[in-house]
Amino acid sequence: MSNKYRKVAYYPGCALEGGASSYNRSTKEVGKKLGLELVELENWNCCGAMEVKNADPKLQTFLSARNLKIAEDMGFDTVMSPCNGCYHNLKKAEYDLAHDEASRETVKKLAHRAKTEPYQAGKVETIHALDWIRDAIGTDELRKQVRNSLKGLKVANYYGCMYTRPRHIFPEKDQGGANSDSTYRPHFMDDLLAAAGAENVEYPLKTACCGGAHTLSDSDTSTRLVLNLLTTAEACGAEVIATECPTCHQGLEMHQARAEKVFGKKTKVKMLYFTQLLGMALGLSARQVGVHENLSDSRSLLKEKGLG
Amino acid sequence: MPILSKHLIRDENLIRNENLVIEGVDVSGDWSTFIKTRVVQDYNDSLQEDIAALPGGENIHRCWQCGSCTNTCTINALNPDFNPRYWIYLIRIGMEEELIRDKEIIWQCVSCNKCTSVCPRDVMPEGVMRATAHWLELKGYTPESPATIFDKVFSSQVFAKGKIEEGRLMMRFFKKTGQKLTQDWLVGLIRGLVLRLPIGLLTRMGLSALIHPRTRDWSNHRMAIAEYITEQKALHRKALGLPTTEESR
Repeated sequence: MSNKYRKVAYYPGCALEGGASSYNRSTKEVGKKLGLELVELENWNCCGAMEVKNADPKLQTFLSARNLKIAEDMGFDTVMSPCNGCYHNLKKAEYDLAHDEASRETVKKLAHRAKTEPYQAGKVETIHALDWIRDAIGTDELRKQVRNSLKGLKVANYYGCMYTRPRHIFPEKDQGGANSDSTYRPHFMDDLLAAAGAENVEYPLKTACCGGAHTLSDSDTSTRLVLNLLTTAEACGAEVIATECPTCHQGLEMHQARAEKVFGKKTKVKMLYFTQLLGMALGLSARQVGVHENLSDSRSLLKEKGLG
Repeated sequence: MPILSKHLIRDENLIRNENLVIEGVDVSGDWSTFIKTRVVQDYNDSLQEDIAALPGGENIHRCWQCGSCTNTCTINALNPDFNPRYWIYLIRIGMEEELIRDKEIIWQCVSCNKCTSVCPRDVMPEGVMRATAHWLELKGYTPESPATIFDKVFSSQVFAKGKIEEGRLMMRFFKKTGQKLTQDWLVGLIRGLVLRLPIGLLTRMGLSALIHPRTRDWSNHRMAIAEYITEQKALHRKALGLPTTEESR
């Protein structure tokens, strides 16, 4: 156990304050259980998600730079976000400010007009909740703290798009990303859940797309993409898809229901945030990690596995 | 010559003759199919510049047509007509009319960034798709796509308040796109959720439905963003040779 990341700034983002509140709750509970401290960014704003970049990519940089600046002003050099969208956008802003003069100029101009100080690249590191637990606790220590092993639970680990792409922002280990997860074969979540006793299945669609960007605006496409993720997970023998992104998670839940209603295709694999699985392994109850707040109902499976 | 790759040629560009005799030779059957002569004169010389002037399209000139983008594309796997490499090709040589044939699907890019990750030339095809979709809308070739409407509803909440609230977002989007506010599949899900009595969640959702979550002291940001958007819009329209004052749609 190192002292790294034991106290970090916390950026939940809009999704975790809304429909994905079970991810917010379970992240905080797991942190508490492991003795890690989260200090929420004061008066944060939306990162721009997948939408503001389409209005203007530099506005997204500006929005995320403001959040990084808040972390800096609060005296933190690390900000942790469990949401792939927020994590991606903060990392992208950091990258753009470090590499692109035009982005720097725009952010400076907008900050000036908004009567604030612009954020300078290099002051704050953005990490994902996966990096946080992996580096602050590590798999060995986690294994020791497991009270209620996930033994016998077959899990497909699903990371989605925003956590690993594009390669400029999330380089492979041999290309400057010494401490980042692999772009092509991410495994941080696999490692953590394995340490908690889960039986990870070989899932080839770890970083495939769920169509989250168009989940409502092009629902049929999203339903087809999600159905592929679900049926493949089932074919791989998974009972649960572990997620680490609120957009993916809710997309999988919504389009699982939609696939059944609209396409007549029923799948029974369950979705749980990896923090919910870790929390239950650490001895928290299903209710404490907000299983009842998920859109889909996985309580009977968890009870069957002795995790309810 | 028989044409071996007929499937690559659009039907309307093929001429078939059941029975054909040319200079006394019977060429019926496979030998009677011809490709229609086609002369393209209406190249749009500034098409690449147009796309490059819109956010995301800046690097289109770097493309050397390797096809990695299409090969890895999420949407191409569902619909072979969704072909980023081909569209980049058409834009670069200025074949506007051909590009416009696919105007109904270009917006469907889901921004999974697989193309941008594999592109050996840093063309950023994901950005090019976005720029092209915007170009089609700015030029008036397509109405605003559902994705653009969603982006606008979403962004306007962020710009106005600093945060979004999902309930309003969905309602406003369904309303703007003329869809039922209560989608059947969604109603079932939400009913199931409510029956599990997530008191905390329901209280929070109820509160944010009443009071929009917001970032404090946001007004300076709101004004700075509005001013910037107006400037950028004018720049984009000017680059495309459109009148700088946008007529309301």
